[in-house]
Order: sequence, then structure tokens, then C-alpha cells
Amino acid sequence: MSVPQPADGTPILELRGVDKSFGANQVLHGVDLKVYPGKVTALVGDNGAGKSTLIKSIAGIHPIDGGQILFDGNPVDIAGPRDSAKLGIEVVYQDLALADNLDVVQNMFLGRERKNGLLLDEISMEQAARDTLAKLSVRTLKSVRQLVSSLSGGQRQTVAIAKAVLWESKVVILDEPTAALGVAQTRQVLDLVRRLADTGHAVVFISHNMVDVFEVADRIAALYLGRMAADIPISEVNRGQVIELITAGRSGDIGIAPADVAAVEV
Amino acid sequence: MSSNTITGSTSAQEPGGFEGDRSTDSLGGAARAYVARVRGGDLGALPAILGILALGLLFFALRPETFLTPRNMANLADQAAPIIILAMGLVFILLLGDIDLSAGVVSGVCAAVMAKLLADAGAPWYVAVLAAIVTGAAIGLFTGSLVGLIGIPSFVVTLALFLGWQGVTLRLIGQGGTVPVRDEVVSAISDKNLPVVLGWVLALVVVALYAVLQLNRWRTQQAKGLASQPLAVVLVRIGVIAAVVVLVTAVLSLDRAPAAGVVLAGIPYAIPLVVILLLALSFVLGRTSFGRHIYAVGGNAEAARRAGINVTKIKVSVFVIGSTLAAISGIVAASRLGSVAPGSGGGNTLLYAVGAAVIGGTSLFGGRGRVRDAVLGGLVVAIIANGLGLLGTEAYLNFIITGGVLLLAASVDALARRRAAATGH
Repeated sequence: MSVPQPADGTPILELRGVDKSFGANQVLHGVDLKVYPGKVTALVGDNGAGKSTLIKSIAGIHPIDGGQILFDGNPVDIAGPRDSAKLGIEVVYQDLALADNLDVVQNMFLGRERKNGLLLDEISMEQAARDTLAKLSVRTLKSVRQLVSSLSGGQRQTVAIAKAVLWESKVVILDEPTAALGVAQTRQVLDLVRRLADTGHAVVFISHNMVDVFEVADRIAALYLGRMAADIPISEVNRGQVIELITAGRSGDIGIAPADVAAVEV
Repeated sequence: MSSNTITGSTSAQEPGGFEGDRSTDSLGGAARAYVARVRGGDLGALPAILGILALGLLFFALRPETFLTPRNMANLADQAAPIIILAMGLVFILLLGDIDLSAGVVSGVCAAVMAKLLADAGAPWYVAVLAAIVTGAAIGLFTGSLVGLIGIPSFVVTLALFLGWQGVTLRLIGQGGTVPVRDEVVSAISDKNLPVVLGWVLALVVVALYAVLQLNRWRTQQAKGLASQPLAVVLVRIGVIAAVVVLVTAVLSLDRAPAAGVVLAGIPYAIPLVVILLLALSFVLGRTSFGRHIYAVGGNAEAARRAGINVTKIKVSVFVIGSTLAAISGIVAASRLGSVAPGSGGGNTLLYAVGAAVIGGTSLFGGRGRVRDAVLGGLVVAIIANGLGLLGTEAYLNFIITGGVLLLAASVDALARRRAAATGH
């Protein structure tokens, strides 16, 4: 598999000391994260560690309270979903965020419809949707004009990922894309994730499944109670260490300093 | 949409994908797909069309000498127009899963504004009509802001406004009073008819335009290898539309004067008004990104928000559209009755319109509905009111029957939705 950028290249997306609270509840504490083009970064952490909040902050759904987001080395202000989309950040949510009453093409272009003057340009949208699905070797859809309500879980996942790829996106964030899928469909999605990275996308891949993580990821970022315990190449850790990072925030000399772990747990 | 098929070669695809987009290119295949869709809970316009046919036959059998006469058909059109226009506005609101219980009385307020300007201020018709429409839009902005910005459920907001606006109409008109509407242009909407020749010309233009647009779209889809329906289905649809338009024009072009010596013929102006609104609003809903976003918000508001759609703006705008159409409906109703009373737009006005939208196939749960639903459902409701009038049934029976029909339509909607959820359509 080709790696377009060396590991020590500039991260396309970098978070520095990001804080996020909901009322009195601080969910993210000074989170740092580096995401590189052509690499799959696995974002791991226990339930409630702040994974979903982190990606929603990057997507502009929950704008950050403190810290800095850098895109391509430049500080950026992400105040809403449009801002992140404009930068080329696409998120595929766990609950997929598709409108059931619209068809595949309509969903893929939702919010960014192509227009011909006032009119929607259905022809060009359908062609682009078709081309993107074909490029991803999607063979399971009966029709691109099928309503999303009639699709299976795997098909929805495929549509959601294809929707993200359609947008010349630079960063694709996948929130547990394999969580609800069977063996064959998981295989297809993992292949798709690898293909995304090999075509130069920076991929952030959230998963609880260590087999999937070690199969597809180049780097691993572990969140522990809203703090980043480690953001390192996956070759530097083994499965046991990752599990320790997830459950205790540190493993050997990697992770949050012991004093801080104690402070977090109090 | 799963029945869509294409015949053309499909370029950038590997074998095995999109087989549903490839042709079965036969009427039989399309019919089977349609039956499958209906069984899956996607009823579309079917209940309304069946309703129109069944009720038409019923009243024709009961009142053969009056129901299907040209005069009664013209009367039916005038009766249906205000219901249909009000229902068109409600379709937009229902698409978001919201409701506007004040739409009926808003039409009353706007009609009262127009009538007062015409009768008391002596304003020209265009000023009065424009003032009524602007009043409607402003009311919609107010309602929409309460729902969209403050976040009060639309049911509560519009229930409160339902009472409030009745008070405003009462204040404008005065207790026990009526304000006559005698302006020539306003009265013409329901009293006057298109010249017969012009009616035929317009009818043929509409049919030709429809046929050209449909065939053109089909050809483009074929040429570019996109999903499309079989040609036979497109042709049948054009044929049905042409037949209906020609039949209606022919019936309304017959002389329907009550006495010999005078000639009363032609399409009432209310019909082209409804057709223009149908085309314009269908365009907005089906062919613009604004319309697409309305469907998206109605289907999954969170998905729409994440896609960068301004959900609040969409919410506010559907209420503006709804109340603006309510104003137009009020004007047409005032034109038909020749006056505005404190009770205008009250009573069963709103229920008729909600019933029309739901019978036509618009879901009360949001996300599903089209402007044509208002037309088809409005015809069903108007036929019931018209037919019961001809039968001379007592008022109490009218209420019970119309209420029953609305309940039936809502049940069909709920059952279809359950069925759709179960079969994944």
C-alpha cells in the first residue's frame, strides 16, 4: 500500500489543547491530535471518553470552547458544519444522518445541491453520485433513485461514506462504521477505509474493535476521560497496551502521567 | 422510486450494480412495481383518486339530474378552490411534521383586511389584495418565529392564534356585521369565466407543455444513462393528464345558463388560479434546493442540520408560505360569498383543508407530501360537501360525515406508515 506522505510530514488537521464543556460538565480537557494525509488514524476510547464530542467539535456541530484547530498548518475557526465542510472535512456519523424520505442521490448531495440557475441539476448530481459509487466498487445498490428507507444497514453505511467521498474531501472521519455490520459487510467497509487513505485522504476511524483497528490503522489516538492518552504510530504499541491506554489512560511509559491519572480519577 | 428503470447503456459501472436502474421497459413490469409499492405502504395519490371516482359515481347515482351537470361542475370548482389553496399551504407545514390550526382563521383575518380596504377606504382592488397577502405573510412570519425561534410546539402556538385571530376578525368586522365584497375584479375570481376560446387555448398549451417537458426529461435521462421510467408509463401519464384537462375544459365550455337566451360558459377564473399555484409551488418543492431542504428537515431534521441546512429558516419560511396561501384562500372565499363575516375562515374551514391534504396523501408525520395532494384531496372534500348539499342532508350529518372522512384518511396515513416501516419502503 502506497503512503503518499512521510509520517513526519505536516498534519493536515491538528488540534491543540481543545476544551469542550456542556454546562458544568467538561467533556474534553486540552486534547491534542494530529491527523496526516494518506494515513488512517484510529481514535479509540471507552464509552464516554469523548470520542463523539471530539469529532462533533471538528465537524462544527459542537464548536470548541478553548484551544486551537489548525488545518494545513493554519489556525481555523470552525463555528458550524458549513465551515468544516468548506475546509474539506467530512464526517460519517454512527447514526448515519441520512434522510429516510429522500433517495440515494438526494442524500449524497444534501445541503450542497448542484444547481442550474434556480433549478436543481438532477442530471449532473445523479451522474456524479453514480460515478462515485462505481469508483468505490459499490455493487449492492439496486438503484441510485432508491429511497434510503429501503436500504439495509450496510448499504446505508456505503451511501454515507460515498457521500463523504463525493466532496473532494481531505479529511474523512468515520464514527464506528463497522459497529452494526456483518462479517462480509465489515470486510467491504474496511477495504473502503484503506482505499480512502491510499487515495490521499486523511482518515479518522473510530472503533471499539481492536481487530479492525490493528488491521486498518497507521496511527492510534487513545482518549481517556476526555484527555488524549496517546497519539502515536500503531507500530509502537501492541493490542494489550492499547487496551490499557483505553481503560487506565496509560501503559508503561506511554500515556497520561501517573499523577494526572490520579487527578482525573478523583 | 424503486421502480425506476433505464434502457440506455450504463457507462461507468461494473456489472452487478444498479440493476434496478436497468430496463424492464414494459407496462406490465411498471404495473407490478407499482402494485408492490402500494402494498409496501406507499399509496401516493391512490386513495384520493379512488375517492373522487367512488364519490362521483355515488352522487351521480343518487342525483343523476343535478350532480354531473356543467353548472354543478363549475360550482364544484368554485367550492373546491379555497379549500385547495388553503390545503396547499398546509402541505408545506405538514411536510415538516408541524401543523397550523390557525390557517383557517388567518384566511378570515386577511379577507377582512381586504374587505375593509375595499368597502371603507375605497382602495383599488390591487391594493386591497396586496394588503391581504402581505398581512398573511406577516402573520406567517410571526407564527413561524414563535415555532422556529422560540421553539414552542406548533400545535400550541397555532391553537392560541386560532382563538386570537378570530378576535381580530371580530374587531375588524364588528359584532354581527358583514362587510360586502363588491369589487368587480375580486368577484370575478369565482363569478366570471374565461372566454371559451381562450379556455381551450390555455388547456391545449398546458397539455402540450406538460407532454414536451415529460418527454424531454425522459430523453435526457435515456441519453445520459440515468434512472428513468419506461416510455410507456410516461406516455400513459401524459395521456391521462391530457384526457382530464380536455374533459374538464369541454364540460365547462358547455352553456350552463339557468335560463334560455343568455349564455354562461367557460372555465371559472378560480381554476387557472389553482393551476398556476399548483405549478409554481410544485416547482418550488420539487425542483429547487429550498424544496429539497423542506423534505430533508421533515424526514430527518438532525441530518439536515448536520448537512448545513438552516433548519430554523426552513421552519419559519413554511409558516410564511402557509399563511400567505391562507390569505389567497380567504380572498377566493370572500369572492365566492361576496362578503366577509366575523366567522369567515372559522368553523370547518381548517378541517376541510387539513382533510384535503391528508386525503391527498400528505403525511401528518412529516417528510411525505406534494402540492398536488391538496388539489386531489381538496376535490374529494369539495365533492362530499357539494354532493351532500345536493342531497339536502341536514347540517348535523354533514359534520359527522366530513369528520368521519378525515378520520379515515388519517387512519390510512398511519397504517400506510406502519406498513412502510415494516417493509422498508
